[in-house]
Amino acid sequence: MGGRISRKDVEKVAKLGRLQLSDAEIEEFTGQLGSILEYVEKMNELDTEGVEPLAHCLPISNILREDEAKESLGTEKTLANAPQREGEYFKVPKILDDSSGV
Amino acid sequence: MEDGLINLGLVELRDKIASGEVKSIEAVEAVFGAIDKYEPTVGAYISTFKEQAIGKAKEVDQKIASGQKIGALGGVPVAIKDNMCTTFGATTCASKILEKFHAPYNSTAVQKLLDADAVIIGKTNLDEFAMGSSTENSGLKQTVNPWDVQRVPGGSSGGSAAAIAARLCYGALGSDTGGSIRQPCSFCGVVGLKPTYGRVSRYGLVAYGSSLDQIGPITKNVADAALLMNVISGHDAADSTSVSEDKAPVVDYLGEIDEGVEGLKIAVAPQLNAGADESVRKSVEEAIETYKKNGAKVIEVEMPHLDYAIAVYYVIATAEASSNLARYDGVHYGHRTVEPKDYVEVYSKSREEAFGQEVKRRIMLGTYALSSGYYDAYYLKALKVRNLIRQDFAKVFEKCDCIMMPVSPTTAFKIGEKTADPLQMYLADIYTIAVNLAGIPGVSIPCGFDNDKLPIGLQILAPAFEEQKLVRIARMYESQTDHHKQVPPLTTNL
Amino acid sequence: MSEFKHKLVVGLEIHVHLCTKSKIFCGCELEYGATANTRVCPVCLGMPGSLPVMNKRAYEFAVMVGLALNCEIARFTKWDRKNYYYPDLPKNYQISQYDMPLAEHGYIEIPLEGGKSKKIRITRAHLEEDAGKNVHSTGNYSQVDLNRAGTPLLEIVTEPDLNSPAEVKALAVELQRIVRYLGVSEADMQKGHMRFEPNVNLVIDIGGKEVKTPIVEIKNLNSFRAVERSVEYEIHRQLDEFGETGKTMGMGNKSTRGWDDVNHVTVLQREKEEAHDYRYFPDPDLSPVELSDEWLGDIKSRLCELPLQMQMRFVNEYGLSEYDAGVLTGDRTTAEFFDNAVKAGGDSKRLCNLITQAGLKMANEKGCSLAELGFSAEDTAELAKMVEAGDVNTTAANTILEKMTELGEGPRSIAEKFNLIQKNDAGELEGIVDEILAANPDVVEQIRSGDKKSGKARSFLMGQVMQKTKGQANPKIVSEILAKKLG
Repeated sequence: MGGRISRKDVEKVAKLGRLQLSDAEIEEFTGQLGSILEYVEKMNELDTEGVEPLAHCLPISNILREDEAKESLGTEKTLANAPQREGEYFKVPKILDDSSGV
Repeated sequence: MEDGLINLGLVELRDKIASGEVKSIEAVEAVFGAIDKYEPTVGAYISTFKEQAIGKAKEVDQKIASGQKIGALGGVPVAIKDNMCTTFGATTCASKILEKFHAPYNSTAVQKLLDADAVIIGKTNLDEFAMGSSTENSGLKQTVNPWDVQRVPGGSSGGSAAAIAARLCYGALGSDTGGSIRQPCSFCGVVGLKPTYGRVSRYGLVAYGSSLDQIGPITKNVADAALLMNVISGHDAADSTSVSEDKAPVVDYLGEIDEGVEGLKIAVAPQLNAGADESVRKSVEEAIETYKKNGAKVIEVEMPHLDYAIAVYYVIATAEASSNLARYDGVHYGHRTVEPKDYVEVYSKSREEAFGQEVKRRIMLGTYALSSGYYDAYYLKALKVRNLIRQDFAKVFEKCDCIMMPVSPTTAFKIGEKTADPLQMYLADIYTIAVNLAGIPGVSIPCGFDNDKLPIGLQILAPAFEEQKLVRIARMYESQTDHHKQVPPLTTNL
Repeated sequence: MSEFKHKLVVGLEIHVHLCTKSKIFCGCELEYGATANTRVCPVCLGMPGSLPVMNKRAYEFAVMVGLALNCEIARFTKWDRKNYYYPDLPKNYQISQYDMPLAEHGYIEIPLEGGKSKKIRITRAHLEEDAGKNVHSTGNYSQVDLNRAGTPLLEIVTEPDLNSPAEVKALAVELQRIVRYLGVSEADMQKGHMRFEPNVNLVIDIGGKEVKTPIVEIKNLNSFRAVERSVEYEIHRQLDEFGETGKTMGMGNKSTRGWDDVNHVTVLQREKEEAHDYRYFPDPDLSPVELSDEWLGDIKSRLCELPLQMQMRFVNEYGLSEYDAGVLTGDRTTAEFFDNAVKAGGDSKRLCNLITQAGLKMANEKGCSLAELGFSAEDTAELAKMVEAGDVNTTAANTILEKMTELGEGPRSIAEKFNLIQKNDAGELEGIVDEILAANPDVVEQIRSGDKKSGKARSFLMGQVMQKTKGQANPKIVSEILAKKLG
């Protein structure tokens, strides 16, 4: 597993992360991410066969709330920080495709 | 060393206000006097709330005058890191993307300060979204180290640490994801405590690495930190990762702080410490000697997996961050690019324009680590090694009360000195990062100075939810030294 | 080009809104049709610093559906983030379940023509949050309403076991019936409470060799009719397309088509399945859920007899027709009302008639359920018994049921109050018959002579008796007397 990351990889990742990076940034990140990943691969020195992945450092489970309705913010507070609004709605440039994942 | 109102500890001031010896308004005026004088140089604050603070101080003074009960922080001026949501002022995270963001709610920790009658002075600078170790990554301003204005205050809670060091408030909140409370406290010669994960509610703390983030106090001394812990600790139903009182009851951290710990057993890892600068190593060793003189036993231990902590951290924290920061997209709040050609550009250009380099770098790294084909090799592997790291700590705590080590391998470095090589900057987090991965509490306390008169911090780590023991151990050392009473030259020279 | 021998293959991806009071991760109230952005808080708006807390009822509702669909219920589940950018998704990740869904490996039994049924395998069911709504207004802008964001959503995925448009529709209808029986969803397709996305393709036999057409996912289906029709349409469209292009299923050529409910066609929305990279990972803000035996038992105890089982029981035990059993089990309150009435001793067929002919009609007119009409299952059983005993006739019974709603009294007191009790006294009736016969000698003669119109003549005499008794004579007894007297 090579730690190097190609320019193309960087472009792909930038697209996934919705960052319209400049050419100079792509160049810079290609080098930097490569060396960071190379360092990170140090983890491979360790045998983790049979080790449980630790997603939560505290052993907690079943944190649930009762189904009770609470007051919402109201339209004005909801939209107070909106870069653009139209009436009671957030306003965005027209969405042409329907790529909602839900 | 200097006496006077501005150098009082938080506990001392609280008591004097409560007894009527000092008025809250006097303390607030003293703070704003110091801010007028030193803040233009230090740059600790992103925003201050003078009018609101005066109003609150008068309200507390009134309460005291009329014999009403006041909260545990009655009338004491405090500051909060600007990554905690407040209904007053902006909540910027030192990012251009949130520069004008006004939260409609208070974070739980801030609300607890307000409920305890604290006077909130302002919101302090940080590395953008708490990503960094020098506060140089702030998208809004530069904070300098009050001990040497050519140097960084550390980070990411650099604003809070510098504010305490420069006497710009009496206590502050920071947040710690990989050392962001402890390291700047070490660099600025103040006390900083990172609580156990789950001890303090994260509700309203703008997330960086959700499984690692924790709010904690930054103060002039250990007792002050204990008092702030009393106020901010506890279960919060709004945070599913906050621990319930029946599993880990909140105790009075301040009450018996001078009791010490009898038969104290300290673990040290000499191999690990060897990587620190000589001055740092020496100071830490001397501090441990002080404990020994007081009857403590020192046990040498090995924690073989700690060497991998940085690698693990920069996968887990950035993976979580890449997802946590996806919401800053210019749709519902925050910066939006001026003329997007379509809605996709609202995302990609707004984010490109408003995020700083370090934030972009971490989003890129985290996105990559989670992406198809790399998940197992990076993210899953990191979670497994994280478990090994936690086990290392668990083994040590079976036979020791605490672990002692440096906070940082160096003292404060020069501004701009390390910005060119991000990996080198990351590697300096070697002593602080594993603590967050294991979720345990740790404190940084002043333990000396190097030849340049730059502060050095001693780090003490304890098992999960043993903050009470932790502050007692820290207090044992503090009570016999006066490093924490030193005042940076800035505040006397200017 | 539809001459190819083919078999339809359909699997469904289904989304069901759960009808909790509040959203899945915050306290915002769920209200369909509320003014835009009035049911929004920092959590479902994805504000910085906000954190989700799982709604217990949403989880339990999801488990109930899993159980009703005969799934294995996971004793340990966790929540994962599915990362993608879309304006209706404020955090730009959806909290969902990836590799550990709360239910797996089940089946749903669907009723088919002629009393048959078929088991369709359920691959998995998991809980997630719904997104908001993008409203595409005129001009160069879209609008976003986040009221729906955070609505608890159960995603159910079936195996591709459906082989006809009718089966697809039957599954949709049956699932609606199940979730409504369980009381976990309003399941109104028009309101988007239930969304079906069929994945459709054909297996075509060409000289003994099977080839498959590319899979099409159909969206925008707002009614059961649309579900059925769209699949029907796809069969023809795919056959035509195959005839023209010969294109077969392959990697990445799954497309998405939207149903046009006006022109009754599917329209291409997305040519190729994008190589999505959702970067799933466990959500660090939420804790896993561990389901104990005790808790699972508690949830199980909230289940009810499922509609198809009830329907079959009504056919097999109560002797109802498929059709009647289907009508009675259309909703749970009707089915249970009927069942209780039968258990209270009423004859099942008479009860079925009373309920389907009078009861449901009234309920429909009043816009309420059968149980809300104001009479009990026991009273209804009593009424059926009265019909059975000949105390009242069927016409009177329907009238009595109406009066029971109005007056809130029992059937017998109403029958008496309104003189609806039948005259069953044979002696008394015989006297009346004799009177009528004596008054109509020509009609009697007509019958005795065996005239072709004698049937009509008999009816005339019966009518005369009824008139005389104000409709209270038991027609069965009267016709027996008439037969005896007239031969």
